[in-house]
Amino acid sequence: MLIRFRNSSDVVPSEITDRAVYLRRRDFLAGTAALGAAVALPFNAVASPLSAAKSPLSTDETLTPLKDVTTYNNFYEFGTDKDDPAKYAHTLTTKPWKVKVDGLVDKPADYDLDDLIKDIALEERIYRMRCVEGWSMVIPWIGVPLASVLSRVSPQSSAKYVAFETLVRPAEMPGQKGFFQALPWPYVEGLRLDEAMHPLTILAVGLYGETLPNQNGAPIRLVVPWKYGFKSIKSIVRISLTEKQPKTSWSLQNPREYGFYSNVNPAVDHPRWSQATERRIGEGGGLFVKRRPTLPFNGYAEQVAGLYAGMDLKANY
Amino acid sequence: MTATRARQRDPLSRLVLGVDPARRALYVLGMAPAVLYFSWGLTDQLGADPQNVLERALGLWALRFLIAGLAITPLRQLGGPNLIRFRRALGLLAFYYATLHLSVYLLLDKGLDLSSIVADIIKRPYITVGMLAFAVLIPLAATSNNTMIRRLGARWRKLHRLAYLAAAAAALHFIMLVKVWPLEPLIYAALVAALLMYRLANSLRPRTRAVRP
Repeated sequence: MLIRFRNSSDVVPSEITDRAVYLRRRDFLAGTAALGAAVALPFNAVASPLSAAKSPLSTDETLTPLKDVTTYNNFYEFGTDKDDPAKYAHTLTTKPWKVKVDGLVDKPADYDLDDLIKDIALEERIYRMRCVEGWSMVIPWIGVPLASVLSRVSPQSSAKYVAFETLVRPAEMPGQKGFFQALPWPYVEGLRLDEAMHPLTILAVGLYGETLPNQNGAPIRLVVPWKYGFKSIKSIVRISLTEKQPKTSWSLQNPREYGFYSNVNPAVDHPRWSQATERRIGEGGGLFVKRRPTLPFNGYAEQVAGLYAGMDLKANY
Repeated sequence: MTATRARQRDPLSRLVLGVDPARRALYVLGMAPAVLYFSWGLTDQLGADPQNVLERALGLWALRFLIAGLAITPLRQLGGPNLIRFRRALGLLAFYYATLHLSVYLLLDKGLDLSSIVADIIKRPYITVGMLAFAVLIPLAATSNNTMIRRLGARWRKLHRLAYLAAAAAALHFIMLVKVWPLEPLIYAALVAALLMYRLANSLRPRTRAVRP
């Protein structure tokens, strides 16, 4: 099994769900897969249960249903339609998985994923996720603080930024093949070191109590809840500590529309559309769903606004 | 005046009921996507963001019917079948879809928040361009009946060249709202460009009565 760390005090899924029902879940998955419907399933066929401690940093807002979280995704490595990742990501091999850690660190290495996060307690973090396109979700992530992982590899004092890279594997990622490719690969992202070390910033390995579905960035992805979703890079294969501000995919693609910071900010519009409001996915209402106001730093201003004290947030979009 | 005579004279009922079974079928089939999308939307079958899916589908069908309408003349001139009797229906279907598309935006998406709508029209070029496309279609739809064709005479055809502007604006509107360069909006833009270039090439050619549409 890929990642299954458990503290003795933690509640295991088998204690929550009736054991018989819990065991049948597999049969249901296997049975449906046999009917050839595996692709349409919201679950990853290889999902394993994860147990994680609850966190005071979680929101108590209503969760976006699992089905929406796993079928409405932007993961251009698998195609630009929202349902492409759910359709095509199931073939991605996520085991074994190495993460190269390099740059200004004392312990650079090609880490096996399990070793990179070994013995760091998994936490459930229920975060709002705001997409730059004007929609949002509430997702129960499971992961570890990025700070804990970075401490493990000992950043040097000259390190100012953290750069991230997504897997490039055209054989398993149809969006990386063919004539029309949405972005140059690999997808790259970055954070200032203090943003990366902030307690809200996590590396997620699961959601909804199980390992990450491939379409959500398995086996390990970044989650930075006060920034637009595209900052939260998926399927990470490289983490580099740098002195210079790293390049980021969307600002490379269109520097006028996407900046390095990309903090959620209702007062700074995308050049083509307003960021003042958002549609909360899956909250019901169907066709008649109402937009809600977008909050500065996606509602995390109290915790993170200090990181940007004195900065012009319009200029540093 | 008999009922039959009244129906013949009234463009609205003629439009709704039609006289030609093929044209009536086109109206019915043409409205089917709208009926389907609305019913899927009301029964939660449009995925995670149903309002957005509906809004985009309606806009896309408006563009498709605009393109189909513009393809009628080149099709005939290039040796294809003469489908001229369907052109009005295609144009009107484009207008109906544009109206539905706009209504979803105004009523469902914006909740009739006038200040936000006005801000959109002024500040968002893709909304401005979309509104332009719709505004252009209004006089075209209003004059898509025999009475107006008779009344306007030669001016009718000049007026209806605005369909080129509407199609160009609609294709641009589509391209302007996507984040990257996916194939679909580019294909529609290429189709519109080809149809407009065909007209341009035709108009630059020395004219004889035979090639006039």
